[in-house]
Amino acid sequence: MKARVHIMLKNGVLDPQGEAVRHALGTLGFEGVEGVRQGKVIELDLIETDRAAAEKRVGEMCEKLLANTVIETYHVEFI
Amino acid sequence: MRAAVIVFPGSNCDRDLAVAFKAAGAEVTMVWHKDTTLPDGIDIVGLPGGFSFGDYLRCGAIAANSPICRSVIAHAERGGYVLGICNGFQILTETGLLPGTLLRNVQLKFISKTMGLQIGSTDSAFTADYCADQILQIPVAHHDGNYTADAQVMARLIGDDRIAFTYVDNLNGSDGSVAGILSQNRRILGMMPHPERAFDPQHHSADGQRLFASLMSQMAPV
Repeated sequence: MKARVHIMLKNGVLDPQGEAVRHALGTLGFEGVEGVRQGKVIELDLIETDRAAAEKRVGEMCEKLLANTVIETYHVEFI
Repeated sequence: MRAAVIVFPGSNCDRDLAVAFKAAGAEVTMVWHKDTTLPDGIDIVGLPGGFSFGDYLRCGAIAANSPICRSVIAHAERGGYVLGICNGFQILTETGLLPGTLLRNVQLKFISKTMGLQIGSTDSAFTADYCADQILQIPVAHHDGNYTADAQVMARLIGDDRIAFTYVDNLNGSDGSVAGILSQNRRILGMMPHPERAFDPQHHSADGQRLFASLMSQMAPV
């Protein structure tokens, strides 16, 4: 089973990298981009075959290491 | 004073920190990140600057989950002193021993320069020998030093007099110009600037020397 973890900065947390990308898009002539938020995607290949058990385990991984919940939110999709 | 300096793959200020502790009269042991226990009788743990684990995932995130960090957390929980400098501060926030986090500098540039640093609190063993509001010249060298915490945490830090240092010029965008904070028991200090690069007369500034001297004279028994 494969889990894909999406990690984004929480709303309200300044994203300097997203802002830099937004400026660069403007410089390239791509107008109308009001905001850019940059996150990350982490894919996990799991041995686990039980969906509920995998959800619980990946949730623990996110809380413990993959995301910093002080500033980030995460959501997990199974593919 | 017995100090342990933790060495992670990618630490690059570990020896500087050991030299600064020794110059202040401490006995120093270097401890590898894969070790699971600290030497007996350690008064203070130093988490050095650098780029532990290549800053992968988030600065300090992987170091914070290394085997030795469980012992560092236990040391802190029984009232032991911890000094985290630069990457060490990032590791302290990732362990949860200090609140908030350090984001990419607001202008996205690595800042490497000597900066004015104002004493925010003299109520700690680290800062007791400085004067209130004194301004020090201490080098900074970081890409992710933009201290960020929610309004509640900031209010608590201010209310409890736990902001140890602020920047005179807030170049990295830190909330409240925060450069260093103390734990609730005032025995854990995390700071982005490098006092261990400013303690010798041959350094550009020796303003960091008093931090180590202060620790030597002010530390309470663990």
